[in-house]
Amino acid sequence: MRITCPHCGARDAQEFTYLGAADPQRPDGMAATEAAMVDYVYLRDNPAGPHRELWYHGAGCHAWLVVTRDTRTHAIASVEPAKARKAGAAA
Amino acid sequence: MRYSAFSLLAQAFRGHKGWTPAWREPEPKADYDVVIIGGGGHGLATAHYLASRHDITNVAVLEKGYLGSGNVGRNTTIIRSNYLLPGNTPFYELSMKLWEGLEQDLNYNAMVSQRGVINLYHSDGQRDAFARRGNAMRLAGVDSELLGREQVRAMLPFLDYDNARFPIQGGLLQRRGGTARHDAVAWGYARAADSRGVDLIQNCEVTGITIVNGRAVGVETSRGPIRAKKIAMAVAGNSSRVAAMAGLRLPIESHVLQAFVSEGLKPLIDTVVTFGAGHFYISQSDKGGLVFGGDIDGYNSYAQRGNLPVIEDVMEAGMGLWPGLGRVRMLRHWGGIMDMSMDGSPIIDFTPVEGLYLNSGWCYGGFKATPASGFCFAHLIATGAPHPVASAYRLDRFATGHLIDEKGAGAQPNLH
Repeated sequence: MRITCPHCGARDAQEFTYLGAADPQRPDGMAATEAAMVDYVYLRDNPAGPHRELWYHGAGCHAWLVVTRDTRTHAIASVEPAKARKAGAAA
Repeated sequence: MRYSAFSLLAQAFRGHKGWTPAWREPEPKADYDVVIIGGGGHGLATAHYLASRHDITNVAVLEKGYLGSGNVGRNTTIIRSNYLLPGNTPFYELSMKLWEGLEQDLNYNAMVSQRGVINLYHSDGQRDAFARRGNAMRLAGVDSELLGREQVRAMLPFLDYDNARFPIQGGLLQRRGGTARHDAVAWGYARAADSRGVDLIQNCEVTGITIVNGRAVGVETSRGPIRAKKIAMAVAGNSSRVAAMAGLRLPIESHVLQAFVSEGLKPLIDTVVTFGAGHFYISQSDKGGLVFGGDIDGYNSYAQRGNLPVIEDVMEAGMGLWPGLGRVRMLRHWGGIMDMSMDGSPIIDFTPVEGLYLNSGWCYGGFKATPASGFCFAHLIATGAPHPVASAYRLDRFATGHLIDEKGAGAQPNLH
């Protein structure tokens, strides 16, 4: 499996560290209900198909990336810097 | 047909022409007391214990492929009960005791072999942690022995004891641990359940769960709808997909774990060795192949195949532990999909949907748990109360904080 880092180009997946699903958003800690926090920390969609997930390019540019990958085939559809998503907020 | 030395002899005289199929191939009925989704080890064991211990025989096991086509045929066949935490130890020990009587119970040769399981340690700190685990096991009535370096060397003279990074200082041995023939476990449970009237329905994929007024009343399948009073899920890596049919989200991620077997060799290693520090473990099958594995690949996957970096990593760790392996050729490797839970421990519980039961979260330790998992799941389904040794495996423990985290890795499934 190779991941095409937007900064470094196509690199072996060994250069990256996997974190997990990209979409869960941490609720505001002080205001969040317990249920919302449980949902964020423990529950996952875990789809068989396209999955948006966070990878860290530790042996490269040190960027966090949002990779959209099909969990049935490992085919990668898109890679974007996680930073861009944060700036875009809506994504 | 009961298997025995006598039946084998009688068949030998008849040229083995009188053997009958090990189970029927029934058409699904419209209605069952219990429908079990998943014809793997845990589903088949559940069916067997429902029928044999609770006299519930109007049961169907629905399997989307063929029986035992998932993880029960993809694991490295190791059985052990060397756990630390109180929520785990009695459960896995029940499993070990069921393994010890399994062949008599099923009238099937599962080739259970109590050849011992050794966990190697490489530092004073790791020795202390293993001593603690060994003591916890003994307190729970499980056998364990802490071995020094020379004791391990006497058993396994061919390992590299002076590896620069991980010199072997000793190991924690559970002599009652060992291996079992994985496929035979599935077939034995299938045959035993079938002989009591359980319908084993293959090539029958569940495509939907019918819920009326908050109660699960049946399933939609590729072979038509089936009604059931109780529906039990035992689908390992597909837990999230099947639970989603009932509108549930689980504390589970599906990950791929690879395993390997070498060409057949003469007897080389007569126990199971785990090299936890290097993410490697190895044993030898009765056919002669060295069976070994390492860590999960580490990313969500439903592909039943992994990637090359983990293969390289496993081989490196193997060479680090046992340099002689360099002359051995790898024969096959494969992947299975693990239901990695958020604390590394399983779930055997009710769900918020009435009449729907969940058996999941086995991570990469499901095979050794097969008998107790089926036993306790059947108990839950039949009596409506959790079995005492599985009472910690609740689905709501993630919300209440009663986690069972053997590794202390937190809610990060790829680290368990």
